[in-house]
Amino acid sequence: MNLSMKWLKEFVDIDIKPRDFSEAMTISGSKVEGYEIEGSEISNVVVGKILSIVPHQDSDHLVICQVDIGESEPIQIVTGASNLTVGDLVPAALNNSTLPGGVKIKKGKLRGAESNGMLCSLGELGLTLNDFPYAIEDGIFVLQEDCQPGQPICEAIGLDDIKVEFEITSNRPDCFSVIGLAREAAATFDKPLTLHTPVVKAGNGSCKDMLDVKIEEPSLCSIYSARIVENVRVKPSPRWMRERLRAMGVRPINNIVDITNYVMLEYGQPMHAFDLRFIEDKKIRVRRAKDGETITTLDGVDRTLTHDNLVIADSKKPVAIAGVMGGEYSGIMDDTTTIVFESACFDGSSVRTTARDQGMRTDASSRYEKGLDPNNCLPALERACELVELLDAGDVLDDVLVDDHSSHEQRQIPLEAEWINRFLNIQLSTEEMKAILKKIDCQFDGDTILVPTFRPDLEHKADIAEEIARFYGYNHIPSTPLRGDAQGKYTPRQKFEDKISNTMLALGLSEIMTYSFLSPKAYDKIGMPEQDSLRNSVTISNPLGEDTSIMRTTALPSMLDTLALNYNNRNGAVALFELASEYHPVDGQELPDEKTKLIAGLYGSDCDFFTAKGMVEQLLDTLFISNYEFEASSDEYAYHPGRCAHITIGDTIIGVIGEIHPKVAENYGVNERILCFTLDVDSLFAHAQNEAAYKPLPKFPAVTRDLALICEETIPVRILEKAIIKGAGNLLETIQLFDVYQGEQIENGKKSVAFNIVLRSSENTLAEEQVNAAMKKVMKELEKVGASLRV
Amino acid sequence: MKQQLETIRQLALKAIDEAADQQNLENLRVKYLGKKGELTAILKQMGKLSAEERPVMGQLANDVRAAIEDTFSKKAAYLKEALLKQKLKHETIDVTLPGKHKELGSKHPLSIVLDEIKEIFVGMGFDIVEGPEVETDYYNFEALNIPKNHPARDTQDTFYINENVVLRTQTSPVQIRTMENREPPIRIISPGRVYRSDAVDATHSPLFHQIEGLVVDKGITFADLKGTLETFIKRLYGEDSVVRFRPHHFPFTEPSAEVDVQCFSCHGEGCRLCKNEGWIEILGCGMVHPKVLSNCGIDPEVYSGFALGMGLERVVMRRYNIDDLRLFYENDVRFLKQF
Repeated sequence: MNLSMKWLKEFVDIDIKPRDFSEAMTISGSKVEGYEIEGSEISNVVVGKILSIVPHQDSDHLVICQVDIGESEPIQIVTGASNLTVGDLVPAALNNSTLPGGVKIKKGKLRGAESNGMLCSLGELGLTLNDFPYAIEDGIFVLQEDCQPGQPICEAIGLDDIKVEFEITSNRPDCFSVIGLAREAAATFDKPLTLHTPVVKAGNGSCKDMLDVKIEEPSLCSIYSARIVENVRVKPSPRWMRERLRAMGVRPINNIVDITNYVMLEYGQPMHAFDLRFIEDKKIRVRRAKDGETITTLDGVDRTLTHDNLVIADSKKPVAIAGVMGGEYSGIMDDTTTIVFESACFDGSSVRTTARDQGMRTDASSRYEKGLDPNNCLPALERACELVELLDAGDVLDDVLVDDHSSHEQRQIPLEAEWINRFLNIQLSTEEMKAILKKIDCQFDGDTILVPTFRPDLEHKADIAEEIARFYGYNHIPSTPLRGDAQGKYTPRQKFEDKISNTMLALGLSEIMTYSFLSPKAYDKIGMPEQDSLRNSVTISNPLGEDTSIMRTTALPSMLDTLALNYNNRNGAVALFELASEYHPVDGQELPDEKTKLIAGLYGSDCDFFTAKGMVEQLLDTLFISNYEFEASSDEYAYHPGRCAHITIGDTIIGVIGEIHPKVAENYGVNERILCFTLDVDSLFAHAQNEAAYKPLPKFPAVTRDLALICEETIPVRILEKAIIKGAGNLLETIQLFDVYQGEQIENGKKSVAFNIVLRSSENTLAEEQVNAAMKKVMKELEKVGASLRV
Repeated sequence: MKQQLETIRQLALKAIDEAADQQNLENLRVKYLGKKGELTAILKQMGKLSAEERPVMGQLANDVRAAIEDTFSKKAAYLKEALLKQKLKHETIDVTLPGKHKELGSKHPLSIVLDEIKEIFVGMGFDIVEGPEVETDYYNFEALNIPKNHPARDTQDTFYINENVVLRTQTSPVQIRTMENREPPIRIISPGRVYRSDAVDATHSPLFHQIEGLVVDKGITFADLKGTLETFIKRLYGEDSVVRFRPHHFPFTEPSAEVDVQCFSCHGEGCRLCKNEGWIEILGCGMVHPKVLSNCGIDPEVYSGFALGMGLERVVMRRYNIDDLRLFYENDVRFLKQF
């Protein structure tokens, strides 16, 4: 909301620098977003009077003017304009002047003739025809103002207002008006607020027989009022009105339209003016639309209405969508003679719903939807008619047509000074509080506050506390530390996730954060089968676009997108992880299950399956999870069928690891091997030990044996390891694979596998016989799985 | 014999002195002092000497041996030292060559700052509570005093799943769930992802992070709100931060405030960073609205509380002078590795 300081000063006598004004208003609760001094970009531009015009000798379109700029001698300016005559008053930009848009004017020569500046058009001053309807668009702005040569142009044309831009919060519809902000300013600066009561002379006869006004849906319209103006004389509004509208950011149109806008800005009450000719049977009915009823609105759009929409109708058809926009015939036309000014109060949420459903928010609807004061309707209507008379825009008829169902009662709230003092930790007397509240037009019945009807936001003592606080000054309220003892702590689960994160960082993976949404096409991209249950995703009904239209059931596409982005940016070796959220719809459950997955992805630097597997093993070790297995899996669609494993604990799959299927990598445009693994954080948390289990350091020496085995190449090494573990029993300390060999010296289809085995007893130094017995058992187990000593 | 001994002494000392390396020296040791060395050979002839001569010659022989041994060990030490010097000289490296790196991961900048914020609040006795991102309309709006058709819904363009389920637009629903499930006193913060239907550009994202806080207890005042937030802001932004509170409106708090810190760059004069205002908005806060307390089954006549909320991305962007929010979610390692 823009505010013209000139307009404000009509109601409050304040003379203060715009910066200080902005600061004080912001601190008292009306946030100033910024201010703009009109014409501040214009300097050294004055009113010039054309004394003579002669053609330029070397040009057929330039003329040389002698211009009186209020100095002892006239100056010479060359111009290409053709709309000048001797005696015209024009804006003259002198040597070293500036114009809007950073334009600088210096003296110079035009085809040999000296020119000491530039004569300006409307556009060059940052204005339009709406600001000065008498001017022309192409040509010099010939002034029809009461001004003198040499006078600064901004002063001469009233381009010297200050526009202050406010952020108005949704609880303060009253501040969407000059009067509302003036009330805040008066309270802020402790100055009286001077309001004007409009006076309408009328005396042009009664209008009671001309129109019948009735509200048929009082729940959605508390008051409807109207006055009729005959002999409408449509013309431009006077300069003062155009200037104020411009400062508030509203384009001047003509006197009638300008009056409706002027009153809306001044009072915050939307006004509507329509042509009486098009009201059939002279009846205005405020009613719900019938389902399927249609109207063509002022913007030329055909709209279909429903029972939820409130309309202004005549006996046959809707003529306006209440509080949103008028119908096509409701505007003011060239041959309009009699108009109806409407001032009404419509229900906020009804207007909001209608505006949203019809996809048209207007100045009027955005005011109504916040909830307006029904008691503001009649003063605003009177003000409009007063302006009609002031501007000689028509003849106002005598009566006010009104159907009023509104309550004029003021809400009552007891002033609980003691509670407020305690709540805010301040010490004000009841009288001091009353003084503050009176500044914002609260009245009192004893210690009971009578809330003005334009402040529906004041309902509770906490609301009153805020009013007291903001004029007392938030920054004058003391600051105290929290009392009482409270122990803040991270939950075990939060600490666990931190540990995962820190371990991944230590393993050389960088943390990423990706969007939780996906395109449904992402599932195709990772090769997910059509009937896969993970395709059942939480779907956003009003997404920004397809790319962000569903909530992911797997974070794999997010990881692959990120790897692809890095690949495309030619980032060499990349290793990333995310503690990613996944969203799984559950039948019969309103909200989906939200799961956290650890997902990691890497490419480059000769990384392979075992690079990734090493990371998983080290992570699980750090989390004190030991009873896991890697089980080959060829049915994970996104992964290479021969280079993928399930990570399991008992019968539970807690994760997947593998090389991304080359087709999937290709879908992401990555021409390298990608390794990924995912682990379910819930499962990890369930199986993790909190703490390390300490074992005393060994007292007795270990015995080391190397074992070279030969077996079928298809037997996984893990089977051999398990056999050794079983055979060696509790003497086994560690087992380390150090060689797998196939080739010469080995029978085709077989492989040689070599382990280093460390045996130790916690009770004694192992004797040769003990070791031999253990190794014998180991060999027995190994033979059971088809391995024998390599000889 | 005396002559022999003197000759040995002379030759040996000279030879040791001239020995060029350790091998050379060792050879001399064997030659003169070894079991088959010259000195030993002479001593073997001692038996042939008379009783008078024997102690004299014995004394002399010992003197000679001592002299040779002494010179020998000195020379040996000298040669060892020289050899080490040479070795060290040989091993000299260019210390300006680059070090060998083990690849470390980088924490995401949003995590770095979020962790710091959590630490500050945990230090003030707050717990960290999380909640669902796909949330009911009731928890996201209605319980927070934002009924359907409330104009405040316009300021939070919401992603809807269906009429009753939304992507949470704030982490406030976690506060409601906490108040329903815990008895006061309550001190929590709820960080997490929130969603608004803003198209992606340098300063907007349909997904971002919020940190909200809630305190509910008997006798909590607006002054407690101010004190807590001032402490928080000074810990996060430095002890010399200048803080101001100004009135604002949120449907779920009353009185409500926005908190600004004086611009770090211009100290209130007004500059590009603070859009000429001299102040930078940091967070929103207020006393929990009595209706919200009642909605959660907490008696507002007995308890009061305050709530606060802030966006994480903006804090991080200001801290590192990051001008494009998209960088956080693109995760280019050239960006990530800087933190």
